[in-house]
Amino acid sequence: MIEIKNIHKSFGDNHVLNNISFKFEKGKTNLIIGESGSGKTTLLRILIGLHKIDQGEVLYDGRDFNQLNSKEKRKLRQEIGVLFQRGALYDFMNVEENIMFPLTMFTNQSYEEKIERVNNCLERVNLQNNNNLKISELSGGMIKRVSIARAIAMKPKYLLCDEPNSGLDPRTAIIIDNLIKEISIEDDITTIVNTHDMNSVMEIGDSIAYINNGQISWTGNKDELLQSNNKQLNNFVFASKLFKRLKNT
Amino acid sequence: MKSVLTQIGQYFLMLNKTFSFPEKKSVFLKQFNLELEKIGLNSLGIVTIISFFIGAVVSIQTAFNFESPIYPKYLIGYATRESLILEFCPTMLALILAGKVGSNIASEIGSMRVTEQIDALEIMGVNSASFLILPKIFATVLFFPILIILSITIGLIGGWVGCQTAGITSASFMYGIKYEFNAFYVTYCLIKITVFAFIISSVSSYFGYYTNGGALDVGRSSTKAVVYSSIIVLIFNFLLTDLLLA
Ligand SMILES: Nc1ncnc2c1ncn2[C@@H]1O[C@H](COP(=O)(O)OP(=O)(O)OP(=O)(O)O)[C@@H](O)[C@H]1O
Ligand SMILES: [Mg+2]
Repeated sequence: MIEIKNIHKSFGDNHVLNNISFKFEKGKTNLIIGESGSGKTTLLRILIGLHKIDQGEVLYDGRDFNQLNSKEKRKLRQEIGVLFQRGALYDFMNVEENIMFPLTMFTNQSYEEKIERVNNCLERVNLQNNNNLKISELSGGMIKRVSIARAIAMKPKYLLCDEPNSGLDPRTAIIIDNLIKEISIEDDITTIVNTHDMNSVMEIGDSIAYINNGQISWTGNKDELLQSNNKQLNNFVFASKLFKRLKNT
Repeated sequence: MKSVLTQIGQYFLMLNKTFSFPEKKSVFLKQFNLELEKIGLNSLGIVTIISFFIGAVVSIQTAFNFESPIYPKYLIGYATRESLILEFCPTMLALILAGKVGSNIASEIGSMRVTEQIDALEIMGVNSASFLILPKIFATVLFFPILIILSITIGLIGGWVGCQTAGITSASFMYGIKYEFNAFYVTYCLIKITVFAFIISSVSSYFGYYTNGGALDVGRSSTKAVVYSSIIVLIFNFLLTDLLLA
């Protein structure tokens, strides 16, 4: 479980996050939704220590991330898998080397053990036998999948995904969403997904936090979302004509 | 626009982070080998071509200036050697490599920064500065002296070819090359190029590492890397010459 308590973050005069608290539960896909610029990426970067917070706590199963010394921090980071918005795959390595990299860096496994894990992960994301492809040879969907494979290589306890399906066609997007959900449940991972894609919300929204004006203005699951009376949330969720029509039926 | 002092401070912070013991020796060695190839071997061609022509031109110009019969002909070989070792090879080469290697380093690291690859390294728990920059600094500092020895050798060959066109005999050119040879000048040249290598790789890494924005900013960083490392090389050229020769 990841718990955040009273998080405040501003960039200069821009108060992006204002007293945010939430519990992201284990074995579930926890969604953070909100308009573009509402601070979803900022929150995710705070969770992994890429942004300093002005105030608040980030607790990984009780461990306060910002109180850890650098050695403990590094150890905790090895328990966290991150999926960046654009993949962030190492472009000087091929697919196999990308997934193997954390294993090489942080374990003393033999080459055979590592390659077995790599192949497992690739199979998991349905990309078996693509080990030697270069990153420049991958499609958008493949990049996401290889990133997921890399993120789960170390068997993380926590998986953080920033818009895992942006830029993908609806079908591929849903495949990626379900892959993330499946992995979270099977491996009992605390997963957090940033998204503004309503398809994913409806597909995998076990627990949803809606960020608006720097605060969490609504929480619930996908079924509760459809019944909600929160006006801003409704404006956000049912922005398209299609969704409006669905809401009214 | 960040103030110069902040930038200098940031540069040293980066160096501090860079010079930490590599987490995995095998990974470091692999990166180091890659850099040797990218930075070192890929520069052999340009170094050879430039050194040859500079050597040739220097000897022809010297020959032209020493045309009067009061100068012995071997002076041309001698002067060519001196100017190649003392100035042309180390400084000229450093400036050209600042362009080639510096822009390569800055754009490579810069594009890793803007595509979040550096963040990905950091959040995995990898010291990104040490992982990316240290092998580059080691590779340049180790390989530039080799390049300079090559450059001097090719330069002298170029000088000899130049002499042929200016009607100086090979024998007197060779005599000039060996005349009053001072080994310290070679040491001086090696010291210079080692310092320049460090400047070029670290300054270019700095501009790459602290790129923010997008592809356009990567281009900007890489231009800055070339400009600043060239200027700093020239300043240190002056300082070192003053310190070692004056
Ligand atoms: N490094 C930064 N420096 C200054 N301001 C920033 C920085 N990163 C984000 N911001 C600001 O914080 C706010 C939230 O940005 P953020 O990227 O978190 O939004 P987001 O919800 O992820 O949006 P999107 O859905 O478009 O990705 C924006 O107003 C942005 O300008
Ligand atoms: Mg974002």
